[in-house]
Amino acid sequence: MKSRYSIFSLARNALSYHEKWPQAWRSPEPKKSYDAVIVGGGGHGLVTAYYLAKEHGLTNIAVIEKGWLGGGNTGRNTTIVRSNYMWDESAALYEHSLKLWEKMSKELNYNVMFSQRGVLNLAHTLNEVRITKRRINANRLNGIDSEWIEPEQVKEWIPLIDLRAKGRYPVFGGSLQRRGGTARHDAVAWGYARAADALGVDIIQQCAVEGFDIEDGEVKGVRTSKGTIQTKKVGIVVAGHAGVIANMAGFKLPINSRPLQALVSEPVKPCVHCVVMSGAVHAYISQSDKGELVIGAGADSYNGYSQWGSNPVTEDTLAAICELYPMFRRMRMMRQWGGVVDISPDASPIMGLSPVKGMYLNCGWGTGGFKATPGSGHIFADTMAHDRPHPIAEPFALDRFKTGFLVDEHAAAGVAH
Amino acid sequence: MLLIPCPYCGARAENEFGYGGEAHKVRPETPENLSDGQWADYVFMQKNTKGTYHERWVHSQGCRRWFNVIRDTLTNEIQAVYEMGETPPEVDTKTYL
Ligand SMILES: Cc1cc2nc3c(=O)[nH]c(=O)nc-3n(C[C@H](O)[C@H](O)[C@H](O)COP(=O)(O)OP(=O)(O)OC[C@H]3O[C@@H](n4cnc5c(N)ncnc54)[C@H](O)[C@@H]3O)c2cc1C
Ligand SMILES: [Zn+2]
Repeated sequence: MKSRYSIFSLARNALSYHEKWPQAWRSPEPKKSYDAVIVGGGGHGLVTAYYLAKEHGLTNIAVIEKGWLGGGNTGRNTTIVRSNYMWDESAALYEHSLKLWEKMSKELNYNVMFSQRGVLNLAHTLNEVRITKRRINANRLNGIDSEWIEPEQVKEWIPLIDLRAKGRYPVFGGSLQRRGGTARHDAVAWGYARAADALGVDIIQQCAVEGFDIEDGEVKGVRTSKGTIQTKKVGIVVAGHAGVIANMAGFKLPINSRPLQALVSEPVKPCVHCVVMSGAVHAYISQSDKGELVIGAGADSYNGYSQWGSNPVTEDTLAAICELYPMFRRMRMMRQWGGVVDISPDASPIMGLSPVKGMYLNCGWGTGGFKATPGSGHIFADTMAHDRPHPIAEPFALDRFKTGFLVDEHAAAGVAH
Repeated sequence: MLLIPCPYCGARAENEFGYGGEAHKVRPETPENLSDGQWADYVFMQKNTKGTYHERWVHSQGCRRWFNVIRDTLTNEIQAVYEMGETPPEVDTKTYL
C-alpha cells in the first residue's frame, strides 16, 4: 500500500524537510513477458494501464516509454478540458471523459488541480455564429452544459478583450461551457503512474519500442532497446508517433504528424479568469496558477517531428492575441515549444482494433486529446481486455475510412483543443 | 522558418508556399474498379515518415508552380528539390524512432 497524500502526511514530512517522501512509483527492469504491453507513457497510456489493472484484473502489464513520463504531448499541451463537441459519438466520448475529470483528484489521491473555470469559444464571423449555435443545441440535446453568450457577456467574462468596433477581429458572441477548464498536465501523468504502479503495473522509462514480432498476423512480442518482451496484447498509445509504430507493424494510418506549439508569458497578476479560445484566428489563452499566460497556437501546415513549431505560426498567433487583447502587447514571452500531434482526416481519434491481431490502436487525438485522457484510457482498457471495441469506441474504428462514416469534428475542434 | 529552394524562383521563405503532402501517390488508373479499401488507401493513408520524406509543395505566393521536395521531417533539412514528373534523386535516407 502506498502512503496516502494528505494534510497530515504533508505536516509529517515537513518535519523531515520533505526529504523522506517515499517514491511515487518503482522503475523496474522489464520482465521477459507480460499479459499486456502499453507502448507510450503519456496520459492516455498510463490511464489505460491503470484501468486494465483496476477494472479488468490484468496486473502483469507494462507501460514502455521511450523518454520520460508525460514528456510527449501530455506535458506540452495547454490543458484545455471541455466536452462541447458536435456529434453524438463525440459527445458520448468527451462527456464520459469530463465526468472522470470531475472525480480524478479524489480517486487518485493526487491533486491534478482540475479547475472548472469555464471555457469560452469566441465566434468572429457570421458562419462561426451559426455553427456555434448549432453546436450548442446539439450539446444540450446530449445533456452537455453549453450556452450562447452575447458580446456584452463576453466582456464580463474577459474584461481585457477589445470589443470596440474598430477591432481587427470582431466578436459576435460565443459559446460557454462552465464545466470546462484546465488541469495540471504533469500531475495527470504522475497521478495515474502512481496509481497504476500501486496496482502492480511496471512502468519502464527510457526504453524505446523498436519493432514487433508478428507471426501469421498476430503479435507475439515487442522489441525494445532493453530487449524483447513476449506478449499477446499490445496497446499503441504514442500520439504523434503512431505512424512510426504502424510502419514497424507493417500497416499505414490516415494520420499526418505535425508540430503544434504553445507559449507562456512572464507571470502577472490574475487577469484572465477563464479559458478563451478563438478558433478562427488560432489563439487560445488561459492563465496558470503561477500567473503565466498560457497561449496555444496553430499547427504547422506541413508534416514534422521537431518538437518546435514554425515561426510564422508563432507570429500569427501572437498577432491575433495582441489584436484581441491590446493590453498584452507589452507582455514578454518566456518559453515557446511544440509537440508532435497526430492529425486525423476528420479531427476525431482512432480507437480500437488494428490490422494486426492483438494490437490495439489509440491515436489520432491530434490537437485535442488531453481533455480525453481519462475517458480514452478507460474505454481503451475495456477494448483491449475484451478484444472488441467498447461501445463508445465503436464509431472511432480505423475502418471508418473505408466505410465513409467519418465523425467530422473540425468545427468543434478547430485546430483547437 | 524554412527556406525552400523553389526550382523556378530560388530560395524563399516557407510562408510563400503551400503544402501538398506525400508525393508519388499514383492516382488509380481504373477508379471504377476500386474497392472501398483501395480508395481509403489512396485517399487517406499516409506514410507520414519520421525522416526522409518525399512531398509536394506549391509556390503559391510566387510562380504558383508545383514541385517535389525531399525533406527530413525531424531535422527539417531539405535534401533535394525536383520537378513534378521527374524521378526522385538519390539521397541519404534517414529514419528515426
Ligand atoms: C502545444 C499543444 C497544445 C495542446 N493543447 C491541448 C489542449 O488545450 N487540450 C487538449 O485536450 N489537448 C491539447 N493538445 C493535445 C494533447 O496534448 C494530446 O492529444 C494528448 O496529450 C495525447 O496524449 P497521449 O498520452 O496520447 O500522448 P503523449 O503524451 O504524446 O504520449 C505518447 C508517448 O509515447 C512515447 N513514444 C513514442 N514513440 C515511442 C516508442 N517507439 N517507444 C516507446 N514510447 C514511445 C512518447 O515518448 C510519448 O511520451 C495539445 C497538444 C500540443 C502539442
Ligand atoms: Zn517559384
